[in-house]
Amino acid sequence: MPVDESLAEARRVLGICNVCGYCNGFCDLFESAKRRPALTDTDLAHLANLCHGCRNCLYACQYAPPHVFAVNVPRALARTRQRNDAEYAWPRAWSGLLAQEPRIALLVTGGAIGLLLGIVLIGVPPETLFAAHAGAGAFYRILPWWVMVLIGVLPLGWSLLAIGTGLRRYWRATGAPEPITAPVLWSAVRDVLTLRNQRGGGPGCNDLDDRPSHWRRWLHQTLLLGLLLCLVATLTAGLYHHFLGWQAPYPWLSLPVVFGTLGGIAMTIAALGLAWLQRREDRTPTDPAARAADRAFLAQLFLVAATGLALLAWRATPAMGLLLAFHLGSVLAFFLLLPYGKFVHGGYRFLALVNEAMDRRRGDARARGP
Amino acid sequence: MRAILPGLSPASGLLPTQPDVLVIGGGAAALCAAIAARRAGASVLLLEEAPRWLRGGNTRHSRNLRVMHESPSPLSVGVYPDAEFASDLQRATGGTTDPALARRLIQGSAEIADWLAGAGVLFQPTASGVLPPSRKTAFLLGGGTAMVNALYATAERLGVLIRYGGAVRDPRIGQGHLDRIHCQQGSDTRTLQPRTVIVCCGGSQANRDWLRDQWGDAADGFINRGTPFATGEVLHALLRQGALPVGDPRGAYLVAVDARSPNDDGGIVTRVRCMPAGIVVDASGRRIHDEGGDTASTRYALWGQRLAACPGQIAYLILDARGLREAPPSLYPPLAAENIAGLATRLEIPAAALAETVARYNAAVRPPVAGADDSDWRTDGLEPPKSRHARPLIEPPFGAWPMRPGITFTYFGIAVDADTRVRLRDGGTVENLFAAGMIMAPNLIGRGYVSGLALTIGCVFGRIAGAEAARHARG
Repeated sequence: MPVDESLAEARRVLGICNVCGYCNGFCDLFESAKRRPALTDTDLAHLANLCHGCRNCLYACQYAPPHVFAVNVPRALARTRQRNDAEYAWPRAWSGLLAQEPRIALLVTGGAIGLLLGIVLIGVPPETLFAAHAGAGAFYRILPWWVMVLIGVLPLGWSLLAIGTGLRRYWRATGAPEPITAPVLWSAVRDVLTLRNQRGGGPGCNDLDDRPSHWRRWLHQTLLLGLLLCLVATLTAGLYHHFLGWQAPYPWLSLPVVFGTLGGIAMTIAALGLAWLQRREDRTPTDPAARAADRAFLAQLFLVAATGLALLAWRATPAMGLLLAFHLGSVLAFFLLLPYGKFVHGGYRFLALVNEAMDRRRGDARARGP
Repeated sequence: MRAILPGLSPASGLLPTQPDVLVIGGGAAALCAAIAARRAGASVLLLEEAPRWLRGGNTRHSRNLRVMHESPSPLSVGVYPDAEFASDLQRATGGTTDPALARRLIQGSAEIADWLAGAGVLFQPTASGVLPPSRKTAFLLGGGTAMVNALYATAERLGVLIRYGGAVRDPRIGQGHLDRIHCQQGSDTRTLQPRTVIVCCGGSQANRDWLRDQWGDAADGFINRGTPFATGEVLHALLRQGALPVGDPRGAYLVAVDARSPNDDGGIVTRVRCMPAGIVVDASGRRIHDEGGDTASTRYALWGQRLAACPGQIAYLILDARGLREAPPSLYPPLAAENIAGLATRLEIPAAALAETVARYNAAVRPPVAGADDSDWRTDGLEPPKSRHARPLIEPPFGAWPMRPGITFTYFGIAVDADTRVRLRDGGTVENLFAAGMIMAPNLIGRGYVSGLALTIGCVFGRIAGAEAARHARG
């Protein structure tokens, strides 16, 4: 769908919502749209990220297709999000990557894994690569420590820069002018932790059909928790390495391994669960391109987590060398693709929630009077 | 649960010919009746004439229910005592309410929200903070379509057999008993002999021929705001079989809707609401009524009747830039022009007449006296006057919403006794025929309306009819 058509459709649809208003108990979107009746491009950029794609409003809609008004808010806003993610991507010339996401993801992931396998197959003598290693520094006999650091730090640094630039541009376009206060920030964090906008006003969302459920919400939070645990595992491992001088691999009951294992299991289960939901769900409310992007991201998360768990399971066997290359390749690709895939929704959603919290506070202040 | 009535796939077209209870219709009344009857142990077949996506009649478009509550509840602020509900009903309907049915309605309303919640319906608590403050009504989370979905899911789970797209025709009543009824699905017609029947298939507002019989050519200018399936076929067939009519065949609840709305099913968003912000002229360019005079909640319906009386059943709300800024969001944008003559051209009404109307209106406008309320602008010496909000129309651009009467429901139905049993013209009732919802609402509302009333009538009497029908069938 061409760029302006997706905005025009979102404007048309939310224009009808602003007259109707029946869905205002489901999430923040509808009251926020009412406060922005002009529905400008930047209003839509904010509103699209406020929408968590839960679909209750489609199932409840008296004007849902095939009604002649054809109101499908989740799909219209999924398309707007796709469009915005491309608009705020940095460098902008690469925003085309987003449109091609599944293909790019496959290419980059395959390339990164191939690269790492190539490095170890060519650079490591077979008797070392296919030997069983044990004890401290085992991994570094396959790949020197500094190579691993480069594989991590360089792509991650680039990606954080790219994501940060995108978020800054997004906030400049949609954000409130006044400074962000602690209560506002806390309100947004709470909204993320509880996924308040994905509770359908309490009973849950139409994840699969016309019965409300909390499946997507719980799976999403499991995935987020898994990702955070893996981050914590990496940070603790860094501490061990730098400050305590302990070299990986660490024992099974060490903090990095416990965090990493729990995180990997959570990510694996949640990614599979979300993919299952996506297979079974009603496709009407979604956009094919957005679904493909979701799938690509879930596949990457699954690959990172599953290869990590496999490496852990077989780290004392001769398979360790290749598993390590495979896992590091998938991590490298994951880091590289962060700014050009579904991962960015986290930042934009968070800023939209911050913006919304500021809006609400302003409204409350007005209601209290001067 | 399907297994209890085997071999009944829609493709086969087979229907159980002798269910304990046949429910005709698919909105709130029908669903409440079906659920209540099924819970009482009856086998229930529900025939909804609409296809699945349009199921639910005008419940699809509803938002709230009127409920009596003697103490504050999470769903409605304050209290709404029995006596106040009774006097509201009496006043709004001009005393046309059947007292026995009004009793059952008000008492039933007190527990209907709990009953519906038990059937899976979700309500929006006032604590959500985003509802208009309402003491007298409870709001559905997501509105009527969400309620319809929840009730269908519950009915299916309980084992109510539901068929879409089948039209019910040709009921036969003899000796105070409904003997049989026909169900048409495509070219296939089946004769059903249910033990009891509950009719919940609404009024006649979607039936153009019938409206034309009552209103003449004016009916062609009406827009039907709700389901196209409210044709009243079953209602009129039952009346031909001797059922007692109630209400006024020419009575219709009309509101002003955008003339560009679809002919059917435009629902809530088609309303035009901001008459006080401008002036209303008919196709000749002349004003028809005091635009600032109505303040009560009945103002929507008053404009519907006025539009029905206009030539061609069309009129135009004219605003200047100030009025346009004040207007609430609308389904369609106003037709706009830089000056009044240009606007008249866009509306295809006489430019000279419109210019004169606006000029005379502007000349008659008087600002409020010092210290008076800002809404107190009024015209002086103008006929018809504009008694409040009479700001001059001077700031370009000018805009207009073309308006037609939007028919919402009809005040003509079938008479029932206090147990919702259908009454006969020559006295007595039909022992195995019940009615609930808008087909019998004219027993309670012969004219007028108050918000949330229709849905409460549907749910309360649907529930009563379901229980009574099950009792009779299994009796």
